[in-house]
Amino acid sequence: MLRSKGGGARAKDPKKALKRVLRIVFGERKKQLVFIAAAIVISSFSIVYSSSFLGKFIDDFVTPLIGVENPDWHPVVMALAQFAAVVSVSVVFNYFLSRMMACISQDTLYDIRVKMFEKMESLPISYFDQHQHGEIMSRFSNDTDTLNQFISHSLVQLMQAGFTLIMVFVAMVMNSLLLTAVVLVFAFLTIRASTSIAKRSGKQFAATQENLASVNGFIEEMMNGQRIIKVFCHEGKSKADFGNLNENLRVTMTKANTLANIMGPVTMNIGNIQYVVLVVVGAVAVILSGGHTVGYTIGALAAFLQLARSFSNNINQISQQMNMVLLALAGAERIFELMDEESETDDGYVMLVNSIEDENGNVTECESRTGSWAWKHPHHDGSPVTYTPLRGDIVMHDVDFGYVPDKTVLHDISLYAKPGQKIAFVGSTGAGKTTITNLLNRFYDIQDGKIRFDGININKIKKADLRHSLGMILQDTNLFTGTIRDNIRFGKLDASDEEVISAARLANAHDFIMMMPDGYDTKLTNNGESLSQGQRQLIAIARAAIANPPVLVMDEATSSIDTHTEALVQGGMDKLMANRTVFVIAHRLSTVRNSDAIMVLDHGRIIERGTHEQLIAEHGVYYQLYTGAVELE
Amino acid sequence: MLKTLLSRVEQYKKYAFITPLLMIGEVAMEVLIPTLMAIIVDSGVSSGDMDSVFRIGILIILAAFLSLSFGMAGAWTASKASAGFAANIRRDLYGKIMDFSFADIDRFSTSSLITRMTTDVQNVQQSFQMMIRICFRAPVMFVFAIVMVYHNGRSLSTVLAVAIPIVTCLVFLVFRHSYSSFTAAFRGYDVFNRVVQENLNGIRTVKAYVREEQQQEIFNEATENIRRNFRHGQIIMALMNPLMMSVAYICMIIISYFGAHLINIGHMGTGELMSVYTYMGQILSSLVMTGMVIVMLSVSHASMVRIAEVLNTKPSMDINPDGVKEVKDGSVEFDHVSFGYGKTSKVLDDINLRFNSGEMIGIIGNTGSGKSTLISLIARLYDVTSGTVKVGGRDVREYNLQALRNEVSVVLQKNTLFTGTVEENLRWGNPDATDEEIKRACDVAAASPFVEAMKDGYKSHVEQGGTNFSGGQKQRLCIARALLKKPKILIMDDSTSAVDTATDASIRKALKEDVTDLTKIIISQRVSSVMDADQIVMLKNGRIDDIGTHSELLERNDDYRDLYETQTRGGNLDA
Repeated sequence: MLRSKGGGARAKDPKKALKRVLRIVFGERKKQLVFIAAAIVISSFSIVYSSSFLGKFIDDFVTPLIGVENPDWHPVVMALAQFAAVVSVSVVFNYFLSRMMACISQDTLYDIRVKMFEKMESLPISYFDQHQHGEIMSRFSNDTDTLNQFISHSLVQLMQAGFTLIMVFVAMVMNSLLLTAVVLVFAFLTIRASTSIAKRSGKQFAATQENLASVNGFIEEMMNGQRIIKVFCHEGKSKADFGNLNENLRVTMTKANTLANIMGPVTMNIGNIQYVVLVVVGAVAVILSGGHTVGYTIGALAAFLQLARSFSNNINQISQQMNMVLLALAGAERIFELMDEESETDDGYVMLVNSIEDENGNVTECESRTGSWAWKHPHHDGSPVTYTPLRGDIVMHDVDFGYVPDKTVLHDISLYAKPGQKIAFVGSTGAGKTTITNLLNRFYDIQDGKIRFDGININKIKKADLRHSLGMILQDTNLFTGTIRDNIRFGKLDASDEEVISAARLANAHDFIMMMPDGYDTKLTNNGESLSQGQRQLIAIARAAIANPPVLVMDEATSSIDTHTEALVQGGMDKLMANRTVFVIAHRLSTVRNSDAIMVLDHGRIIERGTHEQLIAEHGVYYQLYTGAVELE
Repeated sequence: MLKTLLSRVEQYKKYAFITPLLMIGEVAMEVLIPTLMAIIVDSGVSSGDMDSVFRIGILIILAAFLSLSFGMAGAWTASKASAGFAANIRRDLYGKIMDFSFADIDRFSTSSLITRMTTDVQNVQQSFQMMIRICFRAPVMFVFAIVMVYHNGRSLSTVLAVAIPIVTCLVFLVFRHSYSSFTAAFRGYDVFNRVVQENLNGIRTVKAYVREEQQQEIFNEATENIRRNFRHGQIIMALMNPLMMSVAYICMIIISYFGAHLINIGHMGTGELMSVYTYMGQILSSLVMTGMVIVMLSVSHASMVRIAEVLNTKPSMDINPDGVKEVKDGSVEFDHVSFGYGKTSKVLDDINLRFNSGEMIGIIGNTGSGKSTLISLIARLYDVTSGTVKVGGRDVREYNLQALRNEVSVVLQKNTLFTGTVEENLRWGNPDATDEEIKRACDVAAASPFVEAMKDGYKSHVEQGGTNFSGGQKQRLCIARALLKKPKILIMDDSTSAVDTATDASIRKALKEDVTDLTKIIISQRVSSVMDADQIVMLKNGRIDDIGTHSELLERNDDYRDLYETQTRGGNLDA
């Protein structure tokens, strides 16, 4: 998969993003947070303790024994035992801390992913029109990955390093103010150096990302067009073009990686020089104080040197993590952006229910599946609930629509379809055929006018129920990974095997399915890549057939399929269309000719309407289309 | 496999070799510095000898500068070598794929080739950089540190002799156990990505069938799988730090105890003891680092295999560079030709045909009848299984492949345009074409009216895949592009399916009248597209069902007559 540029590596408001991440991670985990804080305090304390222990140990227990005959080792053993006790507590806490963070970070990631997907599924179609799939995809993959890194590694490390820094600092101040001042000077230098390197490398990384995107984009385009390259003997030219992009990438990548790699040596050696300066200053202090107990001792200096090392190690750690943190927060921002998108709203209250109709034509609701359906319509004015049988009567009245508020693409569309009638839309690309069909199932909401389903304004119908009663066969068939059976069952999840087979038979798909090695259990992957275009359409027809909706919206495929399969598809569609209200975006003449009414669209208006014979007689646009004088998409 | 990849380091070899040396230099300094630090404390500070404090202090600073220089130089050479290595791999992969025959492309599939060139190369680059930087650094550090401990502490090194095997085992166990969890988690990622991708592409289908909840369940299951495996792996990894700390602390305590004894009898200085602590830290961290590198390498192992697989593929078709460069005329002959994509299936069976130069040939038949396969043999996109295909009187295998394909222009069924301008796309056919020639080709292909009606004319922008043109427009541009090659044979594989009938007829008329010396082979589903051909070949299940002119076939072939009648009676509105 290609990595998309994913819009800028920097977060717009890192503080806000950080707060929100922390709220998600710890918001519901107050108790664990207490433990984590305790563990961090204990482990930071033990780090400070163990680095100052050695100095004290040498000063108080080892130095006094130098040259002593038959020394008493008891105090030494006791000191070491005390040390062992303290560090083992910290080791145990450390283990539980890591373990807890492993669980917390994975649980948090799980929640975030599930919520992201939930949100994605709830977004209106217009969102998907406006965003590139690669970009949405990268929020699910790249952005959650970096966030995972941040939560499971950086977060605790940073907290630990920050807290240790404070403890070490206090210990250093208590040890020697003078030397602490030296350390602060070097800490300042380290931070300056690392931020300036980070700034430069950030710039180069951005350039590398851009070059990588263009190399990957080029690869994708050329790999997909490979056969054409070969047919035109274009290999040489394409290799040369690729060579240039590849070279650009190499140059920026070398720079970016070099800068990232020098961070370590630079900060480490600032630390080494700091050490020398500390020793020199410390030695002077020791010598001046005469090396005695009242003054500054070698042991104290040794302890300070340890503290100073741990101080600069922690500073190095924080500065090396900073880039990672900013990257993760930028990703988190993109994730939050998706999570904060406005979901599709649904104010519908009219529901589809199982119904029974008695001899007098009275419709009543029924708990069990009856095979017949009715709209249950509660009324705001308090009048009793009414039941309207589901029949598939559609009326559009003066409908206006635009994808953006001030750009209307459909004007004054009025039409009606009685149950069982077939309405065909014809017209050139952009005339608005697909748009009309997308309004029926409320993929988009109309701006003006009314659409009624069985006499009920579709805005009052719950979206799920509205869509259940409308079958859709889209121009591009989308199949899902799973068996053929799973894919047909997509139309009705609780369908029995018999129902699946009879739907496939109706769609003329049964025969080819039985020819497959595993029949209905044949695994489909990657949008059914192992099937031909026509076979995929047959499965889509079966999928719609099993759902058995009263109204069907079809966008006939334009891509050429062979005559034999086309005849099968045609036959399947005809059987599917029987006894249903059908809206069809027609590309085949036979479909159009069998329609009860034909709507010729142009620039979002219905310019001609009537039956085939009427329209031919009119000698208008339809006539031109029919005689092949005008190209149709 | 490793050899295949490493031979691609090429001109960056010197950087790749220098990097470990620089790393060794850096490590040597890193190891030397703690010793100097010990000396400065022991012989300088303790005895109040400021001279030696300064002297050794300067030595340390020098060592620090050396270490810094080695480190920075190493950073540069490592980046240069690894980025260059990756660029070479990409270049060779790209070049190799360009040399692939159609059969090779079929075998690998386009999406898998894309992954190999992108994600896999990135993985390999990362582990290569790790390898030249850390692979040497860690063991060298390890050895140096051990030497130094031995030098400083002598008997204390027995502690390490016990500790090192223990740590090695622990590191190995932890990594091995977590590795299987992590690989399982990565497999989970594939499912996760797939579900998101499918829902992005099929969102209309999902919403139309109100299947959001069902998809959410599938998604949750995939995500749960990632969570379980990742958590399990991380919980095992969580052992790593405490284990290493325990070993380190235990060593520290033992060393402190025995160190105190050594100091007591004057065999060791306090500074020396301090430096032993530091070396111990270095030894343990180098072990962990080695463990990490091994994990990284094994993760990228799969990528290496996939890349090497492409690089080691010998293109299944010999391009015959010394072959005949001139194609005499546009005649085509099939002599007992059979062909199958795999070993078992036979797509074409004993085909015998003869097309004369300049003729117009129509080929019709159902999908799977072998039409596209038949014509792809003429441009030698595939090699025959048995028999011979002759162009201009010679076996196609005798020609220089490029020379042959320059004379046989194929407009493929799945055709596409590339990012750029209309003109740039047309010039694929002939980079040196004059404006006049481009216009002529577009006239014949009936593309000039709509191109010239556009604001920027022939300079108009084309988006990736030509998505800003309609299907019919794209097809006409593709025909123009093929014509610009001035081939002797033009093959159109269902290339006018989205063009309206009137335009289709005008293209055929122009082809017939304006380019008379060109052999035109037209595959179509439409009888109307082939009815005025000199010969119409009807294919059925990989065999020739019948050959003849329109009127002959109409008279004697029932299938043909049926087809003709259904199509003219029903007619197609646009296809």
